[in-house]
Amino acid sequence: MRGRPNFYTSYESESQLMPTTTKKVLLGLFLLVLVLMPFDLPVIDQIPFVRFLGENVWLRLINRTMTFAIAALGLNILMGLAGQISIGHTFFGGVGAYTAVLLGGKGSANLWGWGLPMWLWLPAAGVVAAVVGIAVAPAAVRVRGLYLGIVTLGLIFIGLHLSRVFPEIAGPGALGRKWPRMELRLWKEEEPILDFSRDGHWFWFDINKNQKTYLFLLVVLILMAWMAANLARSRTGRALQAIRDRDVAAEIMGVPEYRYKTTAFAISSFYAGIGGALFASLSVQLPPEQWGLIGAVNFIAALLIGGMGRVSGVLMGSFFVMTSHRFVEEIVDWMKHQVEEAGTFSALFDFFISTGRGDGGVVSVMETALGYPLPVSALDDIIFGLLIIFFLLFEPQGLYGIWIKIRNYWKGWPFSY
Amino acid sequence: MSGLPLVLAANAFDTFVQTLFKALALGSLYALLALGFVLIYKATQTVNFAQGALALAGTWFLSIIFMDWNVPGRWIGGPGWVHWFIALVLAAAATGGLGLVIERLTIRPMIGEPVFSMAVITLGLEVVVRVVAFDAVNTTPRVLGIPWGTETFKIGGAMVAWSYVAAIGMAAAAFLGTWQFFKTRTGVAMRATAFDQEAALAQGISVGRIFAIAWAVGSALAAISGIFASMPPWGPAGMASREGAFFAFRALPAVILGGLDSAIGALVGGLIIGFAEVFAGQYLARYTGVLGAGYQQVVPYVVMLICLLVRPYGLFGTKEIRRV
Repeated sequence: MRGRPNFYTSYESESQLMPTTTKKVLLGLFLLVLVLMPFDLPVIDQIPFVRFLGENVWLRLINRTMTFAIAALGLNILMGLAGQISIGHTFFGGVGAYTAVLLGGKGSANLWGWGLPMWLWLPAAGVVAAVVGIAVAPAAVRVRGLYLGIVTLGLIFIGLHLSRVFPEIAGPGALGRKWPRMELRLWKEEEPILDFSRDGHWFWFDINKNQKTYLFLLVVLILMAWMAANLARSRTGRALQAIRDRDVAAEIMGVPEYRYKTTAFAISSFYAGIGGALFASLSVQLPPEQWGLIGAVNFIAALLIGGMGRVSGVLMGSFFVMTSHRFVEEIVDWMKHQVEEAGTFSALFDFFISTGRGDGGVVSVMETALGYPLPVSALDDIIFGLLIIFFLLFEPQGLYGIWIKIRNYWKGWPFSY
Repeated sequence: MSGLPLVLAANAFDTFVQTLFKALALGSLYALLALGFVLIYKATQTVNFAQGALALAGTWFLSIIFMDWNVPGRWIGGPGWVHWFIALVLAAAATGGLGLVIERLTIRPMIGEPVFSMAVITLGLEVVVRVVAFDAVNTTPRVLGIPWGTETFKIGGAMVAWSYVAAIGMAAAAFLGTWQFFKTRTGVAMRATAFDQEAALAQGISVGRIFAIAWAVGSALAAISGIFASMPPWGPAGMASREGAFFAFRALPAVILGGLDSAIGALVGGLIIGFAEVFAGQYLARYTGVLGAGYQQVVPYVVMLICLLVRPYGLFGTKEIRRV
């Protein structure tokens, strides 16, 4: 109905992704800003938050965030929609990444790699991870709740062991091996058609590799997010939500639990595989430990901080989890400068920053210092852990919940309900 | 935790006895850790993922109390091992206190919330406690001053480390204590809370107090098992080291195998996992080329997976009755 955004006359109109014109326009603008963000354009450079995100240092982090977000979208399907706890999401990311390096990487005497093009290794990474997900599902479907969480945790350790059994795939040393770059070839010819990992010249612009990668990942992320959002309102999505809310009830109503849980595992692993392959390709070289427990906790944190079950929430959560460390570092850095140069707030921050031993500060100015004045890296880990606890205690709906509260405040204004 | 290097005893029987003790000891360690998980699970219905970090904190407390402050030794005389055990109790108490604080601040407000949220809170706690403990431990290598050190004795031709005996004894004491505890008034209250929190509240049981007790005891157990796991024949060789924070995760298969809410299950699960790991390490060693180095560390997970396929709630776990 025109002009009455909350008046639905059919089921279809209620479950629309873009119910109102305002939402369409705002999303369009947002996407436009996202696309233009990395470039030195006069208008974009004035938007406060976007201004520094376009810098190369931040852009690299944003690229990693996007690959992380792709995998997190997958976990959201498993945990947010189907309600199955998984602490082993990085395992599937690892499966995808090693599939990618096996198919696309360069082989040598003691390393396997077939040097196939990206249009092959990227989808294959997702598909192989999904197949592994299906293979794991029979064990995972039988167990429930925290039992399932720990079973999936076991996957991580089994995966780490497998990486030691096959040094031909995982690379021999602690450094790991090199992943294929993001470049589009038809087959194994010398010059790639499109190269996302080298500086270059597109149309009449100079464009550097980070900007290229950014655009490519943005397209992939939007596609994946769109698919995830649509999945939630499809038959499968409704079945998964029914299982999440009450599995016995769902089964009584004719939702085959086993089949749909397997589907959820397959789809979520597919996302993890794609995300893992892209992440590894971005990082060039990774040790197997990258696919360990800490990463899996990050995924869960992203879901909880962002808001479980919502695509926008997961994207916000991923951004938060991946960039919070950098933000903490920047803030501490700023505080340090204030203290050192006796700036406006130096007296205040001196309580917090320790310039030498025994002046009562919490954070050491030294980068690698150990012991009580904490190094910054320890500080941001601690803040990260505290944030997980904080969100669960005070805002279980996450950032998405905060956004809904703000929106409802203005929606109902001047009434408070 | 690689254990003693594969010292080949004189004959097959001695090798067997040696392996048996090693398995019993590792199984006891797993059982101890599992007991900590189970106690907290029984009261709060949550797996405490911070158990490993608390264990590391416990080893750090011990080295501070015993080595740095020389605590019982500066006041009383007597043999060194008595001092060490007093320090052990003090370290366990300190960790228990830490557990109390953590419970009061983060777990108590979550009573009645979904169990998964509580489990994730403990994941967050794990990050915080682990990072703080890492930072505390890593400045200087912290010796734990274990009285029996690396000493061994012989049964026939088999070499047995004193640490093995100590671990087995400690586990036996802990399980006897737990068994007795569940018969006391508080123990019965805890079992009632585990069964149904609301019903327990209606009977006048303070669920909050039960939570606090479970966390204090669970953390103290984590500290003790962490300390015993740091003894010479195992990984960190008598030091408080970062590895300690991850050892607890290796006991999770034991917890699941036995059933999350069963103390007997923790014992049986721990022993089964310990035996499977050590015996696989000893007798499948010739297949290392195929299985990969360190394959014995994966054995627990494989055993757990197979067992869960047959019994989804572990060997002794209570089946959840699901209603619509």
